[in-house]
Amino acid sequence: MKSYRELTIEDILNEKKSYTKLSLETIEQVDKSINAFITVNKDVEDLPGKFSGIPIAIKDNIVTKGLKTTCASKLLENYVPPYDATVVKKIKEAGFSIVGKTNLDEFAMGTGTEYSAFFTTKNPWDLTRVAGGSSGGSAAAVASGQVVAALGSDTGGSIRQPAAFCGVIGFKPTYGLVSRYGLVAFASSLDQIGPITKTTKDAATLMEIISGYDPFDATTVDKKIDFSKYLDESFSGAKVAFPKEIFGEGIEEGVAKQFEEFIKFLETKGIKVTKVEFPEIKYSVATYYIIAPAEVSSNLSRFDGIRYGKRVEKGGLLETYLETRKENLGKEVIRRIMIGTFTLSAAYYDAYFEKAQKVRRKITKRLEELLDEYDFLITPTSPITAFKIGEIKDPLVYYLMDIFTIPANLAGIPAISIPFGFVNNLPVGMQIMGKRFDDAKVLGIASYIEKDVPVVLPFKEEKK
Amino acid sequence: MRFKPVIGLEIHVQLNTKTKAFCSCPSDVFELEPNTAICPVCTGQPGALPVPSKEMFEYGILLAAALNCQIHEFSKFDRKNYFYPDLPKGYQITQFFHPLATDGYLELNGKKIKIRRIHLEEDAGKLIHSSDNITEASYSLVDMNRCGVPLAEIVTDPDINSPREAREFLEKLRQILRYTGVSTGDMEKGALRCDANISVVDIETGNQSNKVEVKNINSFKFVEKALEYEFKRIVKLMEEGKEVEKETRGWDLSSKTTISMRSKEEANDYRYFPEPDIPPVVLSKDYIEEVKSRLPELPDEKLSRFKVEFGLGDYEAGILTSTVQLADFYEKCVKETGDPKETSNWFLTELLRFVSPEDDFEHLKIKPEHFKELFEMIEKGEITRNIAKSVFEEVLNTGKRPKLIVDEKGLKVVGDESLIEEILRKLMEQNPDKVQAYKNGKTGLLGFFVGGVMKATKGKANPKIVNEIARKLLSE
Repeated sequence: MKSYRELTIEDILNEKKSYTKLSLETIEQVDKSINAFITVNKDVEDLPGKFSGIPIAIKDNIVTKGLKTTCASKLLENYVPPYDATVVKKIKEAGFSIVGKTNLDEFAMGTGTEYSAFFTTKNPWDLTRVAGGSSGGSAAAVASGQVVAALGSDTGGSIRQPAAFCGVIGFKPTYGLVSRYGLVAFASSLDQIGPITKTTKDAATLMEIISGYDPFDATTVDKKIDFSKYLDESFSGAKVAFPKEIFGEGIEEGVAKQFEEFIKFLETKGIKVTKVEFPEIKYSVATYYIIAPAEVSSNLSRFDGIRYGKRVEKGGLLETYLETRKENLGKEVIRRIMIGTFTLSAAYYDAYFEKAQKVRRKITKRLEELLDEYDFLITPTSPITAFKIGEIKDPLVYYLMDIFTIPANLAGIPAISIPFGFVNNLPVGMQIMGKRFDDAKVLGIASYIEKDVPVVLPFKEEKK
Repeated sequence: MRFKPVIGLEIHVQLNTKTKAFCSCPSDVFELEPNTAICPVCTGQPGALPVPSKEMFEYGILLAAALNCQIHEFSKFDRKNYFYPDLPKGYQITQFFHPLATDGYLELNGKKIKIRRIHLEEDAGKLIHSSDNITEASYSLVDMNRCGVPLAEIVTDPDINSPREAREFLEKLRQILRYTGVSTGDMEKGALRCDANISVVDIETGNQSNKVEVKNINSFKFVEKALEYEFKRIVKLMEEGKEVEKETRGWDLSSKTTISMRSKEEANDYRYFPEPDIPPVVLSKDYIEEVKSRLPELPDEKLSRFKVEFGLGDYEAGILTSTVQLADFYEKCVKETGDPKETSNWFLTELLRFVSPEDDFEHLKIKPEHFKELFEMIEKGEITRNIAKSVFEEVLNTGKRPKLIVDEKGLKVVGDESLIEEILRKLMEQNPDKVQAYKNGKTGLLGFFVGGVMKATKGKANPKIVNEIARKLLSE
């Protein structure tokens, strides 16, 4: 019989039993070594609903009414939201127990939770390494079996990369399918909430619940998608492409090899894999790091210490603004605010922001062309496996890590990361991208692969 | 006139929508307790998102149509970034790159003042300082009720050539706002706010001064006063050969002068960029046409129609069309009385002594049928004009039917010749000297006897009949 830590949503649905308490106990024991949670919701009560008693974790940049939402920032250390995010409302209405809020890089800006103002979440496969980021807390909480599933947010890979580092499934839906109302904005045109789970079926189940048009988010679309539609279908005969550029600079040898294995594996499953050119991919990081910080510089203006959050009062208004933000915002956040403030300034707007918007449209167009010709595009999720905590000092190295995940955000298309083997005992994730609104197909092919390559959890080996 | 002012206006109009621009809070917050009409969206809580109100666009389209603008099917919102405690998100949602409407005009005394653009945006909150003077305040409080209230900003070309014209423009605009119901247009309540740009041209040399922006003008009178002051100030500098600084000045109520607020060199860079939380707004041609079709008759059209249809002069038609409610009431009364001229006279000389054109005519106690009844009684000679006036006032106060008032108070004209003769004879007996004097040629004394009768009948006697009888008796 499976232990609690191995259970999926599907398993528990059949059991009709509450795991809320067991989850809290597991967190109590396990999270000391993982540090996935910023806040544990000790007073959580079982709610009515189909999914009653199923423990879930929510990334701490998604607001929960009455439950602290910090964004892993000192500025919001004591912020208790007056409302629930739409996804939180839907999760509660479905009956899930929100057992806690998970760690992230401050305001989701980072790839290892090392930029959390509080602590770094450890990788359940190797406690000296990062769990990835920014949804590192959510991925680690799922991989370590503290919760059955979790929600994360993905702006440039923040769901997929930690899922890859922790060996679980992370899905970034098509932009507009899931309401962002209540997701503390990082880069509004790129942000999307999605599930981190142990199975693709669970990811599809969560998508059914959290997706849908929301009158509180003008960017959501009114589109009914049956996310489970292709879960049990064969994708033999599907056409898949990979950009040849991924074997360029920066990719770890082991990851490159594993990706070649992945291609071979797909071919044995009757999938036709073609090498294509996607030269624009090399501009994706630069494009992203102009557009995202520009939106950041504006989105984070509200954190001024006036209405909520910590305020450092000093001298007049200007001094109070400056001190409040200097003292309570982290280095990386300030760096991005400054980049964005610069690129949006009247003198540089055309040279940077306007140009980046054009390149973004170009990248999107190329991706759409490729996806017109092929059913899916594949890449490794990350060019590297989980790195050591404190290992990387140069922010540019950090930024370049997002090269494979960023294009899906720029184009607003669905993308999933699924585990595919190990390099040096660390999980490797593979990314599958699909056409806009082809979310069900992306989940479908992932589940087709999953039948042969299921998620492996780190603690199974502990038991042996 | 060697110097000519060149004036352009930037006007903020609060739209009469039920809800705020981007959330469902009420937008009429003028008299509410501070911070009672707020929600996560309009207070900029983390994670909250704006959703544009359709109603805001309806009002925007109506306004743009009334100002003869080109209304764009494609418009977008942008963010204007700056820090201030009354701005919860640290940016204002506005339309910078793609406004709702452009290229319109407002006709003023036969001259077209061009409207450069109309765009939609949200209002900021209100700061309340612990001291009247901000520099002495030890703390400030913020009331966020006004945050997110929808505004239309109207920008004119610098087509205005006198402070008086600027005021007239605003008054005409307010009239249009009220006609269309787009805004209350109340300047003192902040529903209509005006900033003015002024520069001065030296006609002799062709030189033009730098542009000065005048802010904080919160009444129609002050628009004219502030611009007059500013015009004189700039002219004086030009005459002295001094540089006119490019700056922003504020109208100071207590000193009746403008005071420098900041120079344009230190102007903010608002870092405008497209609002990523709101997709572009695409309005169909049909929708725009449908909204435009709801545009009511505008002041100029109504004025022309009143002149033609009711045979009124410019002056009368101008007053009667000054507000929709007055014009509507007039039309209803004319329908009853069938006499536009007489109705107009009564409106101008009587009704408007007691009520203002801005008042609510629907709920007046006097009704169109009362006018009809009153007119009929005058026509039939049942009451005198003077009596009619007092009856009118009483109808206005009580809502009683004129006939009823006349009956109750016995105000009917005394047409009974024998009664009048009797009163006259008595008067003549009491004043034989005056009778004699009349007979000796002092015919002016007729008035004495007529007046006596009127006094005895409390004004109800028909003066024509009294005159006739008096003349006859005195000549006997």
